Amino acid sequence: MKRRATYLLAPLTAVVILLGAWELYVDLGGTDPDVLPPPHAVAAALYDYRGDLWSNLLVTAEEVVLGILAGAVVALGLALVIHLSGWLRRALYPLLVASQAVPIPLIAALLVIWLGFGLGPKLAIIGLISFFPVVVTTLAALDQVDPDLIKLMRTFGAGRGQTFRYVELPSALPGLFTGTKLAAVLSVIGAVFAEWSGANSGLGNLFRIADTQIQTAPEAYAAVVVLALLALLLFALFSAAERWILPWAYHPPR
Amino acid sequence: MSDSIAIALAGVSAAYGSTVALEDIDLRVFAGQRVAVVGPSGAGKTTLLELICGLAEPSAGEVGLAPAALMPQRDLLLPWLSALDNAALPLRVGGLDRAAARAKAGPLLQRLGLEGFERARPAALSGGMRQRVSFARALLSGRPVLALDEPFAALDAITRAESQRWLDRALASEPRTVVLVTHDVEEAVLLADRVLVLSPRPGRIVADLEVALAHPRETGDAQVQAIRKAALAALGGHRG
Repeated sequence: MKRRATYLLAPLTAVVILLGAWELYVDLGGTDPDVLPPPHAVAAALYDYRGDLWSNLLVTAEEVVLGILAGAVVALGLALVIHLSGWLRRALYPLLVASQAVPIPLIAALLVIWLGFGLGPKLAIIGLISFFPVVVTTLAALDQVDPDLIKLMRTFGAGRGQTFRYVELPSALPGLFTGTKLAAVLSVIGAVFAEWSGANSGLGNLFRIADTQIQTAPEAYAAVVVLALLALLLFALFSAAERWILPWAYHPPR
Repeated sequence: MSDSIAIALAGVSAAYGSTVALEDIDLRVFAGQRVAVVGPSGAGKTTLLELICGLAEPSAGEVGLAPAALMPQRDLLLPWLSALDNAALPLRVGGLDRAAARAKAGPLLQRLGLEGFERARPAALSGGMRQRVSFARALLSGRPVLALDEPFAALDAITRAESQRWLDRALASEPRTVVLVTHDVEEAVLLADRVLVLSPRPGRIVADLEVALAHPRETGDAQVQAIRKAALAALGGHRG
């Protein structure tokens, strides 16, 4: 019980200190409140615009969840293919790394032209952002498989496919989850870029409209708070799923 | 003990690049015999086991054998499988379905003193219990020869002594041809019918001692100590 209380108390303390410092900074004239509204103004905006924020959150959350799943499926496939073939590893890995250097706003605009204003370009952008950490962590998990374990499987007469099925694939799953948790956080940013470039709903769209009208800065920051909460929630959900699906891989933090 | 030969190495050498791990090894192990191999670090003990398990090829000489099942030093159990499914893994690889493999592995785990722990994952088992699961897995591979690679080296002294007595009993009820690699000369004399002493790299057989004593053997037994001293002398004669 006491442990559980500390788990909540520690992050809450950190948030309270951060908000206090922010409030003081703005109140003492550190910056123009129209540019950086103080936390109490953001809190008021959260309340005033709760209906808008909620309906747009649902749109963004749907895009993000579908985008992460699409990205993770593609990433698992890529990681396995790269793992099984040294030739493909050398051929594809540099391209995967390079793909992350492409500025998302640039291709976001391009994808909107190609795929329209629907769900398509959002999934493509979120998928593009979220597949990379999943590929890297899944490959790392596959590379860490004990070579002695592979030898042991050979003494049981196991072929390449059986070693893959019984040893390598299960070993890859913790890496898949680690990457998906990273992707959950990154993909929220991806959703903002995607909605920025062409959408008429979603938190990113809300942010864009608010940003062009400087008097609505508190509303924009309220959207940021909701985005941050979405990222936290997704991270927590994937962590819980990992514990439930892979209990053997879970080591409680100290 | 039958007179058929389970392992036959003739003039075998093994090298990795320019490093010669084993040199001119002649060894015939009869079916059902328990052979212990002792030697200093780097004497090629692990290479010898890999040859016997069909995991390495000799650079010279002839290897004639039925490939052995390996019980590794680190238990190498799969953390996501239960004790039962870990032990049954070779059966699954051999083509049995899950139910049939479990049905075959269950009674063996019970005979090895693991009743009630069949569904436990390795993380919930003690080091000694994990080695028993690893031993069960090696037995269930169905290979007639067991290659044990310092199976108790990672255990504490008390658990190691218990595990040695346990292995002695287990091999009495599940007889197999055994090659036991160990750095513990006493363990070798307590468990084996024959103790081979390897020289420092490149490993050669410098002594082949017979241990014709009844099981179970006691550490304090005068004959055990005499053979232990002979093995240590053979080891020491090749130091420095």
